[in-house]
Amino acid sequence: MSFLKGSTTLLTYGSRVLVRGDGWKFTSRAFSVNAALGLSEEQQQIQDVALRFAKEEMAPNMERWDREELFPVETLQKAAELGFGAVYVPADVGGTGLSRLDASVIFEALSQGCVSTTAYLSIHNMCVWMVAKFGNDTQKKDWISRLASMKCLASYCLTEPGAGSDASNLSTSARKDGNDFILNGGKAFISGGAETDVNLVMCRTGKPGPKGISCVMVEKGTKGLSFGKKERKVGWNSQPTRALILEDCRVPQANLLGHEGEGFSIAMQGLNGGRINIASCSLGAAQASLDQSVNHLKVRKQFGVPLANFQYLQFKLAEMATSLVASRLMVRQAAGSLDRGDASAPTLAAMAKLHATDACFRIVDQALQLHGGYGYLKDYPVQQYFRDIRVHQILEGTNEVMRMIISRDLLQES
Amino acid sequence: MSLRVLVGVKRVVDYAVKVRVRPDHKWVVTDGVKHSMNPFDEIAVEEAVRLKEKKIVSEIVAVSCGPPQSQETLRTALAMGADKAIHVEVPAKDAELLSPIHVAGIIAKIAKDEKIDLVILGKQAIDDDSNQTGQMVAGLLNWPQATFASEIVQADGGLKVTREIDGGLEVIQVKLPAVITTDLRLNQPRYATLPNIMKAKKKPIDKKSPADLGVDTKPRLEVVSVDEPPVRQAGAKVANVEELVQKLKEAGRI
Repeated sequence: MSFLKGSTTLLTYGSRVLVRGDGWKFTSRAFSVNAALGLSEEQQQIQDVALRFAKEEMAPNMERWDREELFPVETLQKAAELGFGAVYVPADVGGTGLSRLDASVIFEALSQGCVSTTAYLSIHNMCVWMVAKFGNDTQKKDWISRLASMKCLASYCLTEPGAGSDASNLSTSARKDGNDFILNGGKAFISGGAETDVNLVMCRTGKPGPKGISCVMVEKGTKGLSFGKKERKVGWNSQPTRALILEDCRVPQANLLGHEGEGFSIAMQGLNGGRINIASCSLGAAQASLDQSVNHLKVRKQFGVPLANFQYLQFKLAEMATSLVASRLMVRQAAGSLDRGDASAPTLAAMAKLHATDACFRIVDQALQLHGGYGYLKDYPVQQYFRDIRVHQILEGTNEVMRMIISRDLLQES
Repeated sequence: MSLRVLVGVKRVVDYAVKVRVRPDHKWVVTDGVKHSMNPFDEIAVEEAVRLKEKKIVSEIVAVSCGPPQSQETLRTALAMGADKAIHVEVPAKDAELLSPIHVAGIIAKIAKDEKIDLVILGKQAIDDDSNQTGQMVAGLLNWPQATFASEIVQADGGLKVTREIDGGLEVIQVKLPAVITTDLRLNQPRYATLPNIMKAKKKPIDKKSPADLGVDTKPRLEVVSVDEPPVRQAGAKVANVEELVQKLKEAGRI
């Protein structure tokens, strides 16, 4: 049969051969940790396309993008051609019209190919959704098509040097001047910083607190918009991160997204989806790391036998797999809740983000350990998954803020 | 030209899977194993879609013979650009015993019923590596065949096909209707786009049985046994040519 070794019809669609051969298997035979479980036939087809794209277009480049700190815009545009640029924007507005659950499946699959690039893709998706949901007809007509195709890229700008977890205390200001806003202030840690075409900037147009915040679209090249140096990060190196600086930056009031004072709500609604997306990226990294660990334990021998024969290591794998399945269930449930518009959705999203990002980091950390010394080498992808997903416990709301959200929901007066 | 094309697609064990022999030694383990469209069939669908984009082809019909899960493979063909699909349903146990001669009979009948001008098949399936179905279809229909195609272009009164053969490349001209089988370098199949996957849900899949098509699928071959290739034996080093010749003589090789 041609799929046994030595076949003359062995196919080589982008199959990458790593240092020791087996590191890049994407398909696990395990029945339990199958990411296709519970998905409809259509969702499985969608997952297949995403996994294939991850394997052929992203995985072979993942290491180089990290090492060279390269922002793979062409690959992102290729992904957008397939519909990955605006996954959950309704089709009648110019998006792909899929659900949050479909998006979770997609981002989990793509993350196996490169977490950092997929994470940026998910941020871009979040921004396009915000424009589609809160934009007026002119803004939608102007922006959705070129954002969906990723001919134009977007950045989400909420965090400031003085306002991280305390986001609603932000101080970037926007005062009216004729038909314009004049923006002053600064944002920190902007993903895509300086290399995206539109920045969704949360700024203060009114009184202190969340209700005084508006969301304004600031285009690349606007006078008064500048950026800090590119940050040097532990991971997420295939996307540039910079501080954003606004100095008497004049922006037409027509660039206001939604209503004045609605900006914080828009930002938080964006993040509900963003948290599910980021958690999904962690799932993908954990799945890939688990698969690679299983292969490694079968191949690596010590004391005369494969490592897979040692009960301690078998039990470690079992714990990792159980934790991954639990995390995936939480993420998908949260996605379904958001799709239905349940009141529980924001809290479930926070729980899913809290649980999955923590659990998956532990899984990937354990996977690195299971690879022994090889896990520490940059020749192996495990360390990149490890470095890339570490930040998921921090951004889009720290896992401490997730606890604030959850406890507030538990303790609210009925 | 406004050709009607029939593309055959087979659901096979995914090429990346590490297969294992089934305990009864009659086939490989397929339960719970990832399956996908035969890669050469993907190339066939892609070529049909490209010909349609060039307006040489007007309609693409995809066909698959197999168990209910073959519908997934047909959905993939529809998502890539086929217009409609026909699922010739054969229960899983019997599907394992289908031979190229049965499948060829089914495809030939459908080609006649659907007034097909061009049948495009993968050169072989990666599970049984038969490399017979396309040739048999041509024989049954008495149509010309162009197998192992690496390039297909329009030509006066038909198609000009470049074939990959042992000696290199051969270019032949075939009149239509004809059968073509695809080889690896014919094209690089496209990814199905998400909108196309969603549209594919609405495209029709007709169900038929081999009996409907008047084809008898009684097995004509029996699989005696399936085994792993023998484990490679260690070799031996020889000191010089004389010793090599002597060892070869001892082994009865010369």
